[in-house]
Parts: sequence; C-alpha cells; structure tokens
Amino acid sequence: MSSPILKLVAQRLALGVVLLFAVSVLIFAGTQILPGDVAQSILGQAATPQALANLREQLGLDDPAYVRYFRWLGGVLTGDLGKALTSGQDIATSIGGRLENTLFLAGCAAVVAVPLAILLGLLAVRYRNGPIDKLISGLALASTSFPEFFIGYLLVYFFAVKWQIFPAISTVFDGMPFLQRLQAVVLPAAALTLVVLAHMMRMTRAAILNVMQSAYIETAELKGLRPIDIIRKHAFPNAIAPVVNVVMLNLAYLVVGVVVIEVIFVYPGMGQYLVDHVTKRDVPVVQAVGLVFAAVYILLNIVADIAAILANPRLRHPK
Amino acid sequence: MAKAAAKTAHDGPLLDIRNLKIEATVYPPGEEPKQVTIVHGVSLTLQKGKVLGLIGESGAGKSTIGLSSMAYGRGGVKITGGEVILNGRDILKGGAKGVRALRGREVCYVAQSAAAAFNPAHRLMDQVVEAALEHGTGKRAELEKRAVALFRKLSLPNPETIGERYPHQVSGGQLQRVMTAMALCSEPDLIVFDEPTTALDVTTQIDVLAAIKDAIRDTGVAALYITHDLAVVAQVSDEIMVLRHGRLVEWGGTRQIIKEPRQEYTNALVSVHHIEHAEKTPTTAPVLSVKNVTASYGGGEVKVLKNVSVDIHPGQTLAVVGESGSGKSTLARAITGLLPPQEGSITFAGRTLSNALKDRTKNDLRELQMIYQMADVAMNPRQTVGTIIGRPLEFYFNMRGRERDQRIAELLEKIEMGKGFVDRYPAELSGGQKQRVCIARALAAKPKLIICDEVTSALDPLVANGILKLLLALQAEEDVAYMFITHDLATVKAIADSIAVMYRGEVVRYGPKSQVLTPPFDAYTDLLLSSVPEMELGWLEKAIAGRRMAAAGN
Amino acid sequence: MLDIKRIPTGAWIGLLVTGVFLICAVFAPWLAPHGNAEIVGGVWEPMSSTHLLGTDNIGRDLLSRMIYGARITIFIAVLATALSFSLGAILGFTAAVVGGWFDTGMSRLVDLLMSIPTLIFGLVVLSVLPSNVVTLILVMGVLDSTRVYRLSRAVAVDINVMDFVEAAKLRGEGMVWIIFREILPNALSPLISELGLRFIYAVLFLSALSFLGLGVQPPNADWGGMVKENKDGIVFGIPAALIPAAAIALLAISVNLVADWILNRTTDLKGGRGNG
Repeated sequence: MSSPILKLVAQRLALGVVLLFAVSVLIFAGTQILPGDVAQSILGQAATPQALANLREQLGLDDPAYVRYFRWLGGVLTGDLGKALTSGQDIATSIGGRLENTLFLAGCAAVVAVPLAILLGLLAVRYRNGPIDKLISGLALASTSFPEFFIGYLLVYFFAVKWQIFPAISTVFDGMPFLQRLQAVVLPAAALTLVVLAHMMRMTRAAILNVMQSAYIETAELKGLRPIDIIRKHAFPNAIAPVVNVVMLNLAYLVVGVVVIEVIFVYPGMGQYLVDHVTKRDVPVVQAVGLVFAAVYILLNIVADIAAILANPRLRHPK
Repeated sequence: MAKAAAKTAHDGPLLDIRNLKIEATVYPPGEEPKQVTIVHGVSLTLQKGKVLGLIGESGAGKSTIGLSSMAYGRGGVKITGGEVILNGRDILKGGAKGVRALRGREVCYVAQSAAAAFNPAHRLMDQVVEAALEHGTGKRAELEKRAVALFRKLSLPNPETIGERYPHQVSGGQLQRVMTAMALCSEPDLIVFDEPTTALDVTTQIDVLAAIKDAIRDTGVAALYITHDLAVVAQVSDEIMVLRHGRLVEWGGTRQIIKEPRQEYTNALVSVHHIEHAEKTPTTAPVLSVKNVTASYGGGEVKVLKNVSVDIHPGQTLAVVGESGSGKSTLARAITGLLPPQEGSITFAGRTLSNALKDRTKNDLRELQMIYQMADVAMNPRQTVGTIIGRPLEFYFNMRGRERDQRIAELLEKIEMGKGFVDRYPAELSGGQKQRVCIARALAAKPKLIICDEVTSALDPLVANGILKLLLALQAEEDVAYMFITHDLATVKAIADSIAVMYRGEVVRYGPKSQVLTPPFDAYTDLLLSSVPEMELGWLEKAIAGRRMAAAGN
Repeated sequence: MLDIKRIPTGAWIGLLVTGVFLICAVFAPWLAPHGNAEIVGGVWEPMSSTHLLGTDNIGRDLLSRMIYGARITIFIAVLATALSFSLGAILGFTAAVVGGWFDTGMSRLVDLLMSIPTLIFGLVVLSVLPSNVVTLILVMGVLDSTRVYRLSRAVAVDINVMDFVEAAKLRGEGMVWIIFREILPNALSPLISELGLRFIYAVLFLSALSFLGLGVQPPNADWGGMVKENKDGIVFGIPAALIPAAAIALLAISVNLVADWILNRTTDLKGGRGNG
C-alpha cells in the first residue's frame, strides 16, 4: 500500500463527511424553510391561534433557523434524535430495531441478488447476442419499467394467496427464531431482488464487456491462451473495480426500493416508519429517518469509489 | 508433439496464403446489416527467415491479411475463403484447439499500440513470458533469462529490472520494444508486426525500427511487416507487397518496388512527395509577426511556449515543425487568441492583435483563418456543405441568396469539387473531400493568413498529396500566407518557404527553408532531420551509424 | 429521413401502446363508460360484460377509473417532465458554455441533491408541503431536473470542445449561434431519448408516491393511487390492484421501446460501422 492511495482514500472519506454535513443541512432546510408550517400541519386548519403559538413555542419554532439546525445537529451527533411529535416516543429507540429489520431484509436480498447478477452478467457476456443475452436485456427493460408494487403484489397474489406458500404479511418480532424470520422475509426479499437484479446484471454485463473489448484481451487471445484463462487472468483483475462499483451503486438503489416493499408487506422497518410519519407530518421523525437513509446511501457510494481506487493499478503502482 | 514434428519435417515455404477471401458484416446507421468483402482473393508466400512488407492505405486490408496468418479476424471479420498454409498445414482447418496451439508459439503478434495491448494489471515480465509458459516451451526461470537477454538486445534501459514494472510505468517507445521482446520470447517462426512504429514520434521511431531490424536479423525469425509508410518498410523488408482495396497491386523485391515500380499506383506511392515548389524570399513587411511570445496553461504553471518569435510573409508559407509536446499547436492557439499569451506581442497586417479572442475585431478574425487536422470534427455534422461554406459569407460579408450561392459555387470550383456537393452532409464525403470543404470555408473569408494544423496527417499519402498541391495552387491564386504546423518533414520540404523547428516550447532553429535545411545543424535539428525515413535502401544503417559517430564525437 | 418500413417491431409496439394511452388520457370523458367517482355496482365485482375490468373497492367501474387515471397520471408526469427538462437542460447548457463559477456552483449543488435518494428527499419535503397537484409537479420536476442537468451538461461539454465549435468561436460567432446552431442540433438525439426515460421515471415516481398515500389525493386517483385503493383485495385473491400496476408497467415499457429506438436511430450519424 503506497501513500498516494492512502491519500486518495482519506480524501474520499473526508469528502464523505463533508457531504454528510451538507446533506443534513439540506434535509433540515427541506423541512423547515419551505413554505409549510409544521405547527399548522400538526394541528390542522381549524387550530386556534393560541394553540398554534403554544405549539410553536414548545417546538422551539420561534428561534431562527440556524439555531434550530445546530440544536438538531448537536442532538444527532450525541445520539439524541429527539422525540416523535405524534407519539412522544424517543426516535433513536424506535429507529434501532427497525434499522436492524431493514438491514436484515436488504441483506437477504443482496445475498441472493449480487452473486446471481454477476453470474448472469458473465453468462450474458459469454453468450453475447445469443438468446440468454437477449433474455437478459429484455428482463432489464422490464425491470426498469415495473413499479416495485407491481412485482410485490404479483408475488403476493401467486405465492401467498393462490398457492399459499409464504405469508402475505411479513411479521417479525424481537426474539423470533432465525429460520422463522427468514421465512417471513422470503417474499419481500424476493421482490427486492427482482427490483435490482436486472439492472445490476445489465451493468455487470456492460462493465465486463468493456473489459473484454480491450486490446489486451486480443493480445491474450493471440498468445493462444484458453478462453477460461483469458477471463481468469486478463479480464477478471480489470473487471473487479467496475463490478464492485456496479454492486455498490445497486445496493444504494436497494436502500430506496426497500421503502415501497416494506409498505407492501407491512414489514416493520425504516421505510414503513418513514412513510407513516410523513403522512402524519411528524417532522422530527422524518428528518431523522431521512438522514439515516441518506447516510447509508452516501456510505455505499464511498465504498464504491474506494473500491475503484484500490483496484486501479495506475494508483497502486505509481510511476 | 504433432506440431513440433510438423515444424521439423516441413521444408516448403513457411507461410503460403492462397486465394484468401475475408468478409465483414457492417452496420450502416438505419439500414440492414450487410456483408462486405474486405480482401478479394489475395495470395502470398513467405520463406523462412524472410521479411515481407505489406503496404497500403487505410482500407487496403493489410492488417486483416496479417492477422489471417494467425487465423484471427478482428471485430466481426471472418475468413470466408482460401487457405492459410503454415508449416505445411492449413490452419483454417485446425479447429479452435489447433489455432490456439499455433498462436503465441509459431506466430506472434506486435500491435500498433503497445500501451493498449499490455494488460494494465500485470507486470511486464509476467506478460512477456506468458505465451511461452502456456505452450510449455521452457521453465519460468529460463524464460525470464531469455526475456532479459531480449530486453538487452532491444536496447531497453535497465534490462534486468524493467520486467518488474507495470505497463503504465514505461514510455510508449519502450513498451513497443517490450512487445517485440514478448513476441520473440516464444521463439516463433513468424512475427506479425502491425504498424509497430506508427504511433511513435519520429526520433523514437528510428530507434525502435533499428531494434526490431536487429532482432529479426539475429533470431532469424520471419516477419510480416504491416505499415502505410513505404520508406519505413523499405528499411526492414526483403520483399514488399502493395495492396489496395483488398486486392494485390504489385509484389516484388524491395529494390524493385521502390526503384522500378511497375504499377502506376505503386509509382504514385513512391513519388508521393515530389511537389514542385520554388522557395520565395522573405519580404520586409511580414503579414504576421510573433515577438517574444510566452504562454502557459494552468495560470502560469506549465510554460508551453517560451519566448517564441517568428514572422510570416505575405503569400508565403512558414512551416512549424516539431514532435508531440513541442508546442507547435500551442503556438497556433496563442496566435488565434484561444490561449492568450502572457508576454510578447503579435502584429498582424500592421495592427497589433489583442491577446484574447473576445477583444479582437471582426476584421482581425476574418483575415486570420484556421484549418484543422481532423476534418470530420471540424465541421458541424448537422450542417450541409452549403451552410458550412456559406456561413462565413453571411457572417463577414452579409451575402444572401443568389449572390451567396454564386460564391459558394465558385469556392467549390476552386477546391475542385462540383456544385452537386452543396446539399451533402459531411458524413457523406470522403476524408480528402472533407478537408477540401474546410479549405473552402477558410477561403470564403478572404483571409490574409491561414493556419493549417497538421491538415494532411490524418489522410492517406496520395490524398494528402492532392491537398498539398491544392493549397499551393490556391496560394498562388489568392496570395494567402500559410502557417503550416506539422510533424512530417517530407511535407515541410515540399511546400515551405521558411521553417521554424520547435522543441519543448522553444524555437530552436528558424529561417528560410534552404538555410534551415543546410548544415551545420544544432543538435536537435540534426536528430530530427536524420530520423526521417528516406526511401532508400540502407538508410536506416547509415542514419544509426551517423548517430553513433555523433555520440562518439561528443 | 424517417422511413416507416425501417421502424423495428419493438418500436412499433411501443408507439402503438403509447398512442392508445395518450388517446385515453386526452379523450377520457368521452371514452369512459361511467363517471370517475360514480358508484355503479358492488364491491370488487369480477370482470363481466357490463364492467370489463370489474369494479373497485367501493363499487366504481374499474375501466372508467383506469381511463381517468391515465389522464391524471400522464398529465402530472408530462408537466413534471417538462419542468425537469427545461430547468435541467437550460441550466446544463448554460453551465457548459459559460463555465467558471456558475458551472462549479451549479454542479456542486446538483451533486449534493443527488447524494440523497430522490424518493427519500421527496418524502422529506412532502412531509411539510401541502398535498396538491401543483406541489407534486414542482417537487418531482425540481428533483428530477438534477439528472437532466448532468446529462445535458456532459453532452454540451463534449460538443463544446469539438473543433467545429472552436471554428465558430474563431469566426466570432455569438453565444446564441453557438448554443442553438452548433451545439443543440448535435445534442438533440441523446436528449430526446432522455426525455422518454425521464417521463417513465416521472410516472414511476408519481405512482410510488400515490401508492404510499402522498401523491394524488382522493377522490381523484392516478394509477398508483388505484393500486393503494385496491391493494387490500389482493389477500382475498381479487386482482383489481394488479390492473393499474400492470398499466404503469406497460406504459413504461412502451415509452422505453420508443426511446431506445430513437437513440439507436440517431446515435451514429457520422457514418461508418455502427454498434455491432
């Protein structure tokens, strides 16, 4: 490991931290400075001016925006996300278990989707322009066009209602045995997998194809190497970075897909929690959950970038 | 092994290609894909240890024929007819396994761009010995020893350790030599050299060429040497085959081809640079005068022009010569105002030009026109020839309607193209026609000076020749001055009145052509002039010997 | 330029289906057998000759709801796309040609906006904004314009460094000529194809919001909203919710096919070997 690489990685990490702060400003601004009135929203149109004023004071809404931002940020940094307006519960506590549930669901989907997508992407390259390849591009077209709930309800309709193999509603609770929990998330995880799979394999295919069309692959062919050796020795080392990049970007996409899927399957995760509280206009919860989602998303993007840096031979072996 | 047996038992020609037919599928935009024939029944034979040069313009099918000796078709190209007999057997009938056994063992390949042909993820040594290891011709340690010896023979710096490096850590000229070592390391019977020096600067080319030639001689390997440069191929080949549009034009000994060509086309290739041009003497009132110009990129950090002064006289041609990175194109950018100089002044037609483009008057812009290297990107693909040539007429002279159309027709006449081209789009023109339209666009402004930035280097030699002749004819007619930027000294000798030689952002030699090209030379000009291949047998040896003497004298 | 015989089958299907949806959207009141909010039968009646697609969760004719839903879905998506496109393309082109601090500032802002997933940021903002159609269009349009900005800036930057643009600058042409006569004609094909993709994205985004209950509010409903209304039927084996969901998929696929075709038809105008 040489120093230019460490420097680049450190730079990327520092940039990520800066970005997180900027995002926190943006999320705060999005909920505070836009022309909606939180107090009005909570109490509705019929609220008396006195009630509005009381609530504003209680929420600290009369302070200037930057004061409220730093108060909020200070809380976030010390692990205090505030209390939900509607239920008065501590947000950090509520998020804890739900975040775990969401990560479990997304993790299950990723464990299936990532190897499958890479395998299918490789197959598509191997049999390029053949039926498998055509099928994959067809699926990719469909997948970018299908709304998540279409896939979700199709699965429910057939697997839960017609054939009754899996439950339509994914109930999980603390202390649930692992296998039972796994069975509960089969359908939502399958739906999530389908949402990201085609996209991921299409991008994998493009990344590998790009490598396969390089001049050094021709060189390897003209050395009389076997196709499997060409892929293993010459294509693979150069394809790692783009493929890792593809995987990370799609995992980030998965984080978003999880919102709708959780609502479909009434799964007690972050997405469900966010949507509920957006409907109730519970701003502190929305801010906190939005920030957590954004942080995960940014983190995955940073990992993708760092993977690309680490896999680049020009950076690993500077002149 | 069967193939080893074949190698020893056989005593006919090494390579015998009979009636080779090669086709490719092309996908014209918006049309059905169709089959086109790239090579129409070409035959050749190559004896052991001999070098055959394949020469032709782009589209002649020379690389395709070269690769057929490895049973390889690049990018959808298919061998559809004929036989390729290598060491006594038809390799097209050998199947995938048979083909693999010969690639990297009996035949090896050296690509045009070694920088792209090496895998960026592996050390050079691993790639050099890979083919020989794969085919089991030796143990790793012994192969590495052989590779080091080859590195030394090819005059690579640090032959012991250069194999430890990665491709991006080595310069282009060195990589080209490492690639040659890679081909030689398998001790093949035949090497296909596919334009191995084309991408290199002329002073680097000569070293690589000499290294390749020595290596071929010492190892006794046979070679197919593919290039578009007859002067280069004449240095290394025993025989030369001239190809055009996938057909054989002429095939003979090197001496016969360059001294007594029998076909008209070969003759045209050989005599390509013979242009009649009498040198004009400098006047007292230059049209453009560049005085002590210094310019840099990145806010003064990288100085790309250092104290440059040159004059261009009315109706005359100044050739600016130099290799890549010499600052010759930057000088054009400084003169046009695209890169405002930091110091110095530019006087044009008696007026001092503002440094920045945006401060210049319309008249300044009109009288100073530019023609680019890549004609296809110098014209808006969505505009017709009529619009492209007509726009300067509208813009500078307010010409409209019939008057403008009349003038467009005149200009098309001048560039030897008919009226029928007015409604064509650039994509529908050939390379030479595109460059002619660019010339017409520049002429439309009635300029005093045209800057020509490598205008012929993307063209095939015969087409380029036509463009040069046209430019000279137009100069006589319109009394326009040219600043001709090029890396090609043959072009310079053909058309220049005065010459400026640039090296690392400085003008190292400047004056009338006859004076600049007469000794005594400064070191760089000497190196540059002595590196330009001449169409003469034995030129390479003479040039290298001259260089060694100069080095010894120092 | 356009030869009808050369349109591939896929693009034909795309054009046809998109056309049918557009006709439904424009002529909804004349085509729909019943009113949008009219209750005409029992809850979740199956498909029959009187109700071709059956009835919905409170007994409204599903076919009529679908036709009106097409109108609402397409109307909002078209306006949001128009907003995102004009905003993104104008800013992107300007940034590419002007360069300097304007370019840097805009590009950093867009990077920042894109570092939050669009759906999440949309939800955050919608939690405080009044729920109506104008808000929806504005939020969707502004958030999506970041992607259009990126593309049009990249395309324009690529074209801006080409020699023919430099030639125009050297001739002394003004900014207007350079943007509209040199750059725009060459940027058109990727942008038109992107227009299709942005429209699909707008449809999907709107559907997702409505499905989550944060988009179009009852009694009006776009297709996403209709999925929400009828989703409880699924567990009883009533597929009413699948119909609007399938309609969204169908519309998206057909627009995708058309966009793909436009992109393929116009990518390589410079001639030579195409993408084999």
